[in-house]
Amino acid sequence: MKLIINGEEQEVTSSTLLGLLDELAYEHDFLATARNSELVAAEERARCLLIEGDRIEILSPMQGG
Amino acid sequence: MLELYGEEISSRLFLGTAQYPSPKILADAARRSGTEILTVSLRREAAGTGAGGKFWDLIRELDVRVLPNTAGCHSVKEAVTTAKMARELFGTDWIKLEVIGHHDSLQPDVFGLVEAARILSEDGFKVFPYTTDDIVVGERLLEAGCQVLMPWCAPIGSARGPVNPDALRAYRAYFPGIPLVVDAGLGRPSHAAQVMEFGFDAVLLNTAVAKAGDPVVMAEAFSKAVVAGRAAFEAQPLEPRDMAVPSTPVIGMAVFE
Repeated sequence: MKLIINGEEQEVTSSTLLGLLDELAYEHDFLATARNSELVAAEERARCLLIEGDRIEILSPMQGG
Repeated sequence: MLELYGEEISSRLFLGTAQYPSPKILADAARRSGTEILTVSLRREAAGTGAGGKFWDLIRELDVRVLPNTAGCHSVKEAVTTAKMARELFGTDWIKLEVIGHHDSLQPDVFGLVEAARILSEDGFKVFPYTTDDIVVGERLLEAGCQVLMPWCAPIGSARGPVNPDALRAYRAYFPGIPLVVDAGLGRPSHAAQVMEFGFDAVLLNTAVAKAGDPVVMAEAFSKAVVAGRAAFEAQPLEPRDMAVPSTPVIGMAVFE
């Protein structure tokens, strides 16, 4: 299915957010995730079911002022 | 001692972590400044890089409190969701709330700021709002649940220093007892000393240190300026006078004719 991941359309097979992070080879530490502009907490990722067209944001710490 | 949301802070200099020439210079500047609060942000992570983790390791080694920001957010929804993601990621309910109104001036959208501040405060966040020097907006932010106000003194990154000192003095006078942090627009240590002399409780800066020729030395210079400005405020500076007043006693002067 096609998802919008960090602003780019990608074809993926995972059905959950946790699976998606594994599929894309993300390290699970130091990440925050959102689905369709709502936070998905780390402990909820395994239960977060993905559907076609979902917009996923995967963020991590970065320098800031 | 400065108290922010019940936490005691010794250093009145808060430092941003962006734009340094290298991670080592960032770390050295932070240590030299003596800061206890570093601002951080969060951005999209590219798969398989672990870039965010490396930065976070560096910050944690400095053993300071972090103040995550919502920099770059232009809507209430963006800012609120970013704040929630920051709370989970950084493990703090402190948030430097930015809701930007203009791409060019980076001026706060104060209407969105107040709305976002209310939503986040009701959700348990301790909000540090990046705002203007408008007193009415400051009142609304306090009503929304903020216990700290962070007015700018000039546009972000402009290094212009206090462009409207009268407004900042009025702001300080209007909010006695509220921790006030000048956030954005400082360029030189003398600017920091000036606003501290006005009675502001702390300053938050980034570009003025990070983009200096020697960020580490500049961090120390700002640190000393903040200490000097605070001491001057507590020592109650002399107010300016219109006319000259002799400092040397005139009584007992010899008369020569």
